[in-house]
Amino acid sequence: MVSNKKRRASYVAALATASALLLSACGGESTAGGGEAAATAEAGAFPTSGSGVVNLYNWTDYIDPEQLKAFTAETGIEVILDTFDSNETLLAKIQAGAVGYDVLVPSDYMVAQMVDLGLLQNIGVNTFPNAGNIKDNLVDVYWDPGRSYSAPWHYGTTGIACNFAAEPGCENIKSWKDYFTSGLPKMDSLKDQVEVVSAALRATGVAGDDLCTTDTAKYIAAEELLAGFKPAVIESDGGIERVTAGTSNVRHAWNGSTHRMTVENPDVQFIYPTEGLNLWADNLVVPVGAPNLDNAKIFINWLMDPKNAGTASNFSGYDNGIKGSDAFMDDALKSDPAVVVPADKVALLSPLPNCGEEARELYTQVFTTWQDSQ
Amino acid sequence: MTITKLPTTKRRKLINLRNFPGFNPTAWFVLFFLYSPLLYVVIYSFNSSRIGAVWESFSVRWYFRVFENNDIQRALKNSLQVGFVATLLSTTLAVMAALGLLRMKRAGKAVAIALIGAPLIIAEIVLAVGTLGLFIAVGVPLGKIGLMVAHTAFCIPFALLPIRARLSQLDMAPFEAASDLGANERQILRRITLPLLAPAIFAGALLAFAISIDDFITSFFVAGPGATTLPVYIFGMIRSTVTPEVNAISTLLLLFSGSVLIGSYLIQRKRR
Amino acid sequence: MTAATAAPKSGSKSKSKRARPGQASPKLAYLPIIFLAFAIGIPLLIIVVYSFLEKPSQGTGVKWVFTTENYQALFIQQKLDGTTALDTRYLKVLWTSFSYSLITTIVTLVLSIPVAMWIATRDARKRTLLVALVTLPFWISILIRTYGMRQIIADEGPIGKFLGLFNIEWSILYSPPATILGLIYVFLPFMILPIYASAERFDFRLAEAAYDLGAKKLTVVRRIVLPAIRPGVISGIALVFIPALGSFLQSDMLGGGKTNMVANVIANNFGQARNWPFGSALAVLLIMLTLLFVLVIQGISQRRGDKVELV
Repeated sequence: MVSNKKRRASYVAALATASALLLSACGGESTAGGGEAAATAEAGAFPTSGSGVVNLYNWTDYIDPEQLKAFTAETGIEVILDTFDSNETLLAKIQAGAVGYDVLVPSDYMVAQMVDLGLLQNIGVNTFPNAGNIKDNLVDVYWDPGRSYSAPWHYGTTGIACNFAAEPGCENIKSWKDYFTSGLPKMDSLKDQVEVVSAALRATGVAGDDLCTTDTAKYIAAEELLAGFKPAVIESDGGIERVTAGTSNVRHAWNGSTHRMTVENPDVQFIYPTEGLNLWADNLVVPVGAPNLDNAKIFINWLMDPKNAGTASNFSGYDNGIKGSDAFMDDALKSDPAVVVPADKVALLSPLPNCGEEARELYTQVFTTWQDSQ
Repeated sequence: MTITKLPTTKRRKLINLRNFPGFNPTAWFVLFFLYSPLLYVVIYSFNSSRIGAVWESFSVRWYFRVFENNDIQRALKNSLQVGFVATLLSTTLAVMAALGLLRMKRAGKAVAIALIGAPLIIAEIVLAVGTLGLFIAVGVPLGKIGLMVAHTAFCIPFALLPIRARLSQLDMAPFEAASDLGANERQILRRITLPLLAPAIFAGALLAFAISIDDFITSFFVAGPGATTLPVYIFGMIRSTVTPEVNAISTLLLLFSGSVLIGSYLIQRKRR
Repeated sequence: MTAATAAPKSGSKSKSKRARPGQASPKLAYLPIIFLAFAIGIPLLIIVVYSFLEKPSQGTGVKWVFTTENYQALFIQQKLDGTTALDTRYLKVLWTSFSYSLITTIVTLVLSIPVAMWIATRDARKRTLLVALVTLPFWISILIRTYGMRQIIADEGPIGKFLGLFNIEWSILYSPPATILGLIYVFLPFMILPIYASAERFDFRLAEAAYDLGAKKLTVVRRIVLPAIRPGVISGIALVFIPALGSFLQSDMLGGGKTNMVANVIANNFGQARNWPFGSALAVLLIMLTLLFVLVIQGISQRRGDKVELV
């Protein structure tokens, strides 16, 4: 996958602007306006009702079971939920031959990888009835220009969640380097190789747009930094509970999770590390061999409705890619600096690295070396 | 007739293995240790607070949540389906193996025992990933059928244990008598061997069922979408939400295991 | 499947031992064996074969190219700067598994002998109840038991709160002691029950007779009781050490999600890390170690005259 720096830069700027637009809260401008005219012509081809089930494979704790029940009530299709904890776990499971899933939720770079591997179906999201609701800057994305394979789900950033009351050391964590070298107790790390290794690379001076470098010297430096990093827990799941309960005080966390922690305990705040953060966008896709293709389409289309997208965001704590959804989003979300990126932090964001094979191998090597030496 | 008593000096420090110093408190400590986590799970399943560790007030809302939870019901159904089939198959195969092993030649017997006993010796993770590899290589879809095959395989040794034990204790007299009276092998098998083995077969089936229901590692690796079993589902819940709902399910499972154990004990007592 | 229908009195046509009535034909065992050869034998074979193959570029599965690099990777690390160095990580993982299992075995042994003896010396009715009490946890899912233990030893759990009253710091979860505690908790019944089985058969009057004849308490225990329960002790050791060595859940749930023990590393390599050949090599190593231990146990038992049977 060739990375187009210019395109990515403009994508980041657009995304950041979109999240800043939330501040103005002049949300409800466009409803399902534009694309509908085109879609109506094809409406006959889009399934309008269904029965049976749709098998959803999603990140843990990323969608509200109540919302799934609402979907069943409206459409008669039952949702069977299975969960994974990282993009690599998702890929491992699908590549290992787990057929039977209808909808997957990979992040941006993973969609690109899976399309390359021929694992995804081209379901023509841009022909769906609700396709016009996709935020303009999320229509032509590098992993799916024109949006035929994927529909936007939530997007967010990955930084550091810190309980400032329980852990005074939080005051001194301003950068990834601080985080990795702090040696504080009750610290969590994510079990996610892209997040951990990219953070380590940033901490050792690698620029946000160079995170797919194949210069091994940079990875050696990252490896050395990580060698001294021994968190108490390495887990992507259950972080919200751990921080809320006080089992963890410092956590390499996604901003939406942090928002949910803040709601329970205002002492927990999201830190934007000075070296920069990853901006990622999750997507709804359908794998090849999905047993319930029509139901999958109905489900994805349903989630592209502004009301449903807004409700979903209220649960997960992240912003989403659907126009008009902020009319349905909680004020707490819109006023949290973790969710709505402050203007002075926008420059810190860069997309999750989507690397070529060589760089990916280096990431895996650094991560496994670190993980296996805990 | 005189009865001489032995010198009594040592008798004052009468050894009483019933009261060996330290055994009593150790035993009580161990029992307490074994049960306190379980008691905690039961008690805190009634905690109304969403955050498990802090007791708020008594509530049964989590039990309602469990009963309303479709995913749990699905997982339970999968567990029961796989469990019943695996128990049936593994017990049948175990009976056949137990009887066949009696007269096997040494070489064959060694291979048989190695294959049967492998799940007891080899860590479950190894067999689980090996089975995953097998299913993928052969092209078996990762679903309930594959899970049933895998469960049957590791349940066989457990079903076999009580049956082999009982077989070795059997008195040969009824067999000799029946044979003298003209019964052929099949009749002996059907009307003497199997009835005599019945309690052991039942015990073996119960053991196999328990092992299958509680299995985690194999089910985690080999199950695909739609074949999630209860332990795998609970593991996912523990990983993610950690509400007292997990305690509620656990308590229900505790009750279930307890009743099965008591039930089997009562049945065995009745048979005797 | 039908057993041989030849009349038992006639000369046996098969080459096996002379059939006694009631002993079915060995052919009965063929179906189970074939099934197991497929369901157990082939997976093991696949693991061994995969351990000698290469990892494909895109992760999952194997590339059919022979290599010994996986076994080399267990000891030698190809560092990023191109040099090779002795890799102590996996040796450490093996050592961690071994030492955790050893500690677990010793602690459960020390706790179980008194408990088993105590139960064996209660009166009959209490004994049945006590045995049932010890057996019940054995029937409860290891997952639930480990989870219960996790809640108890959590920082904000009952122990933590109780010690907090005295201002004693309690932070044991997500550390090696937590994993070991979890292992001990889960495997305790596995040690108690076999020892109890031996203790129950022991006639305690022998011990009392010895004492009456002048032996000291300790000598009685050492030379009469312990040898009598030795078969149970050996069973217990095998039943605890071997599964503990290959355990997965305790380290995963109580150790902080870190790949401390062998099973966790294997699982990780078949999951997120997507390196099946290396995971297979580790699995083969685990099998070898387990077999070694089994042979050791068998050797010890046979030397002392006990009969050792797998099933």
